[in-house]
Amino acid sequence: MFTIETGSGFWNPIIWVIAIVVTFLLIYILRSLGKKEYKKDTEQIKSFLSGNPEYPKEKMHIKASNLYWGFTTNLKGLYTLLRKMHTGNTSDYVLWFVIILAIFLLVEVI
Amino acid sequence: MNVPDYTVALVVAVPLLGAFLTPLVGRINDKLRNIFVIIVLALNAFLVFLLASDVLTTGIKTYVFGAKDLTYPIVRILFEVDAMSIFMAIISSILVTVAVIYSWSFMKENTGLDKYYSLILLLTAGMLGMVLTGDMFNFFVFLEISSIASCALIAFWTNKGESVEAGFKYIVISAMGALFVLFAIALLYGQYNALNIALLSSVIQYTFLDKIALVLLIVALAMKAGIVPMHMWLPDSYGSAPSSISIILVSATLASLYGVFRVIFTLYGNVLSKIANFGIPVNVFIGWLIVALAVISILIGVIMALIQTDFKRLIAYGAVAELGYMFLGIGTGIVALGTAYGKTALDGGIFHIMNDALDVGLLFLVAGAIYYATKETSLDKLGGLARNMKYTTVFFIIGFLAVAGMPPLNGFASKLLIYESTFQLNPILAIVAILCSILLLAVFVKVFYSAFMGPQLPKFKDVKEVPKSMLFSMGIIACIIVIFGLFPEFIINNLVEPAANALIGYSEYISQVVVGGI
Amino acid sequence: MIFNIPYIAVAALILLGLYALIFKRNLIKMVIGITLIESGVNLFLITLGYRKESIAPIYTSSPGGVMAFPVPQALTLTSIVIGVAVIALMLSLVMHIYRHYGTLDVRKVRRLKE
Repeated sequence: MFTIETGSGFWNPIIWVIAIVVTFLLIYILRSLGKKEYKKDTEQIKSFLSGNPEYPKEKMHIKASNLYWGFTTNLKGLYTLLRKMHTGNTSDYVLWFVIILAIFLLVEVI
Repeated sequence: MNVPDYTVALVVAVPLLGAFLTPLVGRINDKLRNIFVIIVLALNAFLVFLLASDVLTTGIKTYVFGAKDLTYPIVRILFEVDAMSIFMAIISSILVTVAVIYSWSFMKENTGLDKYYSLILLLTAGMLGMVLTGDMFNFFVFLEISSIASCALIAFWTNKGESVEAGFKYIVISAMGALFVLFAIALLYGQYNALNIALLSSVIQYTFLDKIALVLLIVALAMKAGIVPMHMWLPDSYGSAPSSISIILVSATLASLYGVFRVIFTLYGNVLSKIANFGIPVNVFIGWLIVALAVISILIGVIMALIQTDFKRLIAYGAVAELGYMFLGIGTGIVALGTAYGKTALDGGIFHIMNDALDVGLLFLVAGAIYYATKETSLDKLGGLARNMKYTTVFFIIGFLAVAGMPPLNGFASKLLIYESTFQLNPILAIVAILCSILLLAVFVKVFYSAFMGPQLPKFKDVKEVPKSMLFSMGIIACIIVIFGLFPEFIINNLVEPAANALIGYSEYISQVVVGGI
Repeated sequence: MIFNIPYIAVAALILLGLYALIFKRNLIKMVIGITLIESGVNLFLITLGYRKESIAPIYTSSPGGVMAFPVPQALTLTSIVIGVAVIALMLSLVMHIYRHYGTLDVRKVRRLKE
């Protein structure tokens, strides 16, 4: 019912489900050990940014295009190439089809 | 369970009839029309499941149009349903039904909904026809029906320039692809005087013209399935169509994918193990070509997904990568035809077809829900939505973990089969597959962070959870994903394994039509 | 040689169509390219309809002999009908594109890229 054989191993989701349930239980226990007596509406609920002032919400949120900045900058060469490939020109879409057709014909027919 | 033979025809006829009745019903009342469409599709899904239970227990089912029995020479259109066809039909009918329930609220404010629902039903008829038919020319006709209907649906928001542009690109690509398919069919007809897949398969010789026909069929259908580097129309059209259409388009492209595998495994099944040039069998040539395309698709799909800022285009590139996984699994199955790990790879690839359809479909629905609530698709402008849209967030978490192949969801079960079997073909393939899976997780973590996490933005303060029909349809798919994840063996034994056997066992497919040769 | 002329015409039509799709910039000309490919394929189907030493499949006043099977004609008719639908849809989309972009140059109709 649960196990699949892959030829060189097996996979059983039940083990993982048990592991996940145990992890969540642990998290819950640890969380309930925390202090509950903090004072609302005081400084205590403010975020602490090593003493820096807190900017307005919109500036604090990291934008999607800034995430993975290091990854994309390091692979700049690849990305400029790929951006050049994706021209958005319908003729190029047809051209790619013809190219792949030619490659397949060459390999298959030789 | 036994059903009469005409159920096969009804599966296509019901949505076709429904498509032409919808505008009439729409004249009376909008709500009545929505209920009518949902009933038609639910009835159709019911018929598909009945047919599935029959095909999976008793074997291949055929239906001849316009005659009681098959007469020779075969000129009649023939529907031939085996486990693989019914597998694809189940996917299509689930996704379309969900999409129509979703459209109830999602498309509420649009005009021209009579046409919208008619086109959806036409597209359903086209997709189901493609997967059920046993005739090459009929396959072409259904291919054109589905591409015309989906083009009109992609360009449904004609007030947006992008939608129209995407529609034009899609129709150029699909019209050209379909014409090359027709050319290949003509090449086959010219040599063997037959259009029936089983009949053609029993006489095929793998001559020079057959080779050209094979290449034309594979490349044209792979383009319609969206394989890199012929994938560029796919993000355009998935990204600009309404979300409820994107999820149907997923299953429309999968129908083309089915075409590729039907052509290779059944139409050319007899000649696959034949020795071609340099003493290498044909299946190794074709298999490695497909594996190469698959690896490029996985790599480029994931790498391009990483830099997308539009929610739906990002998911579309993820879908390209997922298509690569299916091609990788089934390509490995072709290269290693007849070995144990080849069979495992085939199982994994076929299982992944269903998992991908569900996972990517769920993500598109979530993207649509966010668009509905905020009228925004750019990830740069979203943020903090988890506070307002709790259920949608949960569905997104389920969807992206499943796409990225995190245990214990369904994406992992199929990807594990693909990893372990491709490792035995060539370890590098498995390494690329696993690494790209991790990158895919990173891509969706980015989406999760930028759209759902972070502080509550002032402009999204009043955003509300989406209406119930949208939550309900997302909930259905999420439930199916979790169930498939928890009971992978049940699904593999009852659905995937018969489908894989149907692909490999082409002789059974032939013997249903050609009795003792003609 | 003379019998091969239809096949040469087929190849020429399809290649011309592909040329128009790849190198022409006007969207209408690209649509014409698709129609060229379509007529090439239709011509190919019709050409395949003839078999050596057969007569046309018309029963009234037939001179007798083996008749060619009229399947390709049926296929061509279907294909032409589908073709009309596709061309109509494409031209209507071109019309909408002109309305939104104010141009028919394929190099400028690319808001969707990358």
